[in-house]
Amino acid sequence: MTTPALHDLSVAELARQLQKREVSAVEAAQHFLGRIQAAPELGAFVALNEEATLAQARAADERIAAGQARALDGVPIAHKDIFVTKNFPSTAGSKMLAGYQSPFDATVVTRLADAGAVTLGKLNCDEFAMGSANENSAIAPLGFEQPAPVRNPWDSSRVPGGSSGGSAAAVAARLAPAVTGTDTGGSIRQPASFCGITGIKPTYGRASRYGMIAFASSLDQAGPMARSAEDCALLLSAICGPDPDRDSTSLDVPAEDFSRSLNDSVEGLRIGVPAEFFGEGLAPDVRAAVDGALKEYEKLGATLVPISLPRTELSIPVYYIIAPAEASSNLSRFDGVKFGHRAKDYGDLTDMYKKTRAEGFGDEVKRRIMIGAYVLSHGYYDAYYLQAQKIRRMIADDFQQAFNSCDVIAGPVAPTVAWKLGEKSADPVANYLADIFTLPGSLAGLPGMSLAGGFGEGGMPVGLQLIGNYFGESRLLNAAHRFQQATDFHLRRPEGI
Amino acid sequence: MALTSQDIARIANLARLELQPAESERMLTQLNGFFDIVEKMRAVDTTGLEPLAHPVAAIQEVALRLRDDIASEPNQREANQQSAPAVERGLFLVPKVIE
Repeated sequence: MTTPALHDLSVAELARQLQKREVSAVEAAQHFLGRIQAAPELGAFVALNEEATLAQARAADERIAAGQARALDGVPIAHKDIFVTKNFPSTAGSKMLAGYQSPFDATVVTRLADAGAVTLGKLNCDEFAMGSANENSAIAPLGFEQPAPVRNPWDSSRVPGGSSGGSAAAVAARLAPAVTGTDTGGSIRQPASFCGITGIKPTYGRASRYGMIAFASSLDQAGPMARSAEDCALLLSAICGPDPDRDSTSLDVPAEDFSRSLNDSVEGLRIGVPAEFFGEGLAPDVRAAVDGALKEYEKLGATLVPISLPRTELSIPVYYIIAPAEASSNLSRFDGVKFGHRAKDYGDLTDMYKKTRAEGFGDEVKRRIMIGAYVLSHGYYDAYYLQAQKIRRMIADDFQQAFNSCDVIAGPVAPTVAWKLGEKSADPVANYLADIFTLPGSLAGLPGMSLAGGFGEGGMPVGLQLIGNYFGESRLLNAAHRFQQATDFHLRRPEGI
Repeated sequence: MALTSQDIARIANLARLELQPAESERMLTQLNGFFDIVEKMRAVDTTGLEPLAHPVAAIQEVALRLRDDIASEPNQREANQQSAPAVERGLFLVPKVIE
């Protein structure tokens, strides 16, 4: 039997080999840096810093040699470029922050580094995490002179999903065993689905938002993306935990070992299947793959329970009012004064603001700022923003009603497989509508994940979405792990990888 | 309800965004396309419902806290200003605001 290449090892196996000193952290880091540099055409990475990476790897090797190994010591990871980092530029995919150097690390970055993980670099994403296709980045990926879209490793003519598109593409192409992403309305789950990997967004408030460049503060959550639920559990255990002094919305819920119940039986697990997720908008190939995955769960002893999430469709306008409203407020800090881009020519202060923001923001970001400024403006606040926040409560209540009869909820992540580059870029509303199945869980702040549940049109992966009740991450990861023990969808690889 | 080009100009001013004429026109079409899908939301009866800001407040009380008013961060003026567009003697430079 041949020894598997380092990039084919799971995080769990790689961590074991590192701790047994069968491979060093420096070797692992060099291996992945080599792969990243050899495959720039995907456009997944926007920044490397070999010196910083190897210094972290050497420190991990020293701890392991001294018998002081930490859980993820020497495991190479990469961060979505929405997390600020001291050792790499932090751009959020925006011209506004091109070349920006953060004086501090995001809490998620610190927590993973404290667990021993080694940072390989920063990953491309939609500008300020606004997008579903990763076509909105204004930053040139490594090896490119100009901004270029991230490509899907399963078919380079297709999008990888967004906004954590670089993250998903990097894992699928085995340029990193695991990465971070962020999810506001589906930005971990949808690219995980499009690239056939596994990703989880925890309950809102479990992962600190400190140092995550803010898009919509009441929705943004960080989470891991990797090839399996087992690997996601390892990273999520390091990521979650209270950060009371630095994130006012961080919950006082202790860190948890999300690996502990991975192997529990799913016999008798009640899986709620929302009728609204299987309506006419769902592509037949996605439906077939999701139905197949649900049958697999029945074979494992789970029971399917029909449920209703009656306000699924309403979640689109509700989300696209709330998220832009919060974005317009958050993005007001980009004024060309304290950091970031400033226009070259301007008159007075107001003119400087206007020209700076006109030059620094891309089209999608401008649209959302405009929507947000409008719905928050005098005379419209009650009718739009407040109304959306009230319906948000109805949507959260609908989930609580549903969880009376089920333990987890399952359905598709997105109505279709990954679409072709450019296919929807001229029609923003078409992009918004495609978020329909991830938005309800986001608005309710529930944990949600995507795992490869089958394959559809063009041999493209189809994600199965699992949504849990608040703080139900362990159960989700357990359900996903048992599925992955019984199937091999998550082990399949794109051609040529 | 449809937005007009005057609305676009007013919102762009509130948002401190300079829009070129072609951009304003495109924005008007796209925003009106967007607000078409919002109409359904306005008809929902939400009488007596409290808005939900922190989603976990749907199941339990979530108190927003204040931390103690103690200086906890070291002074890092140089690091904090390294990405500023214009700095002189530790101060951020902006166009003249007081005549």
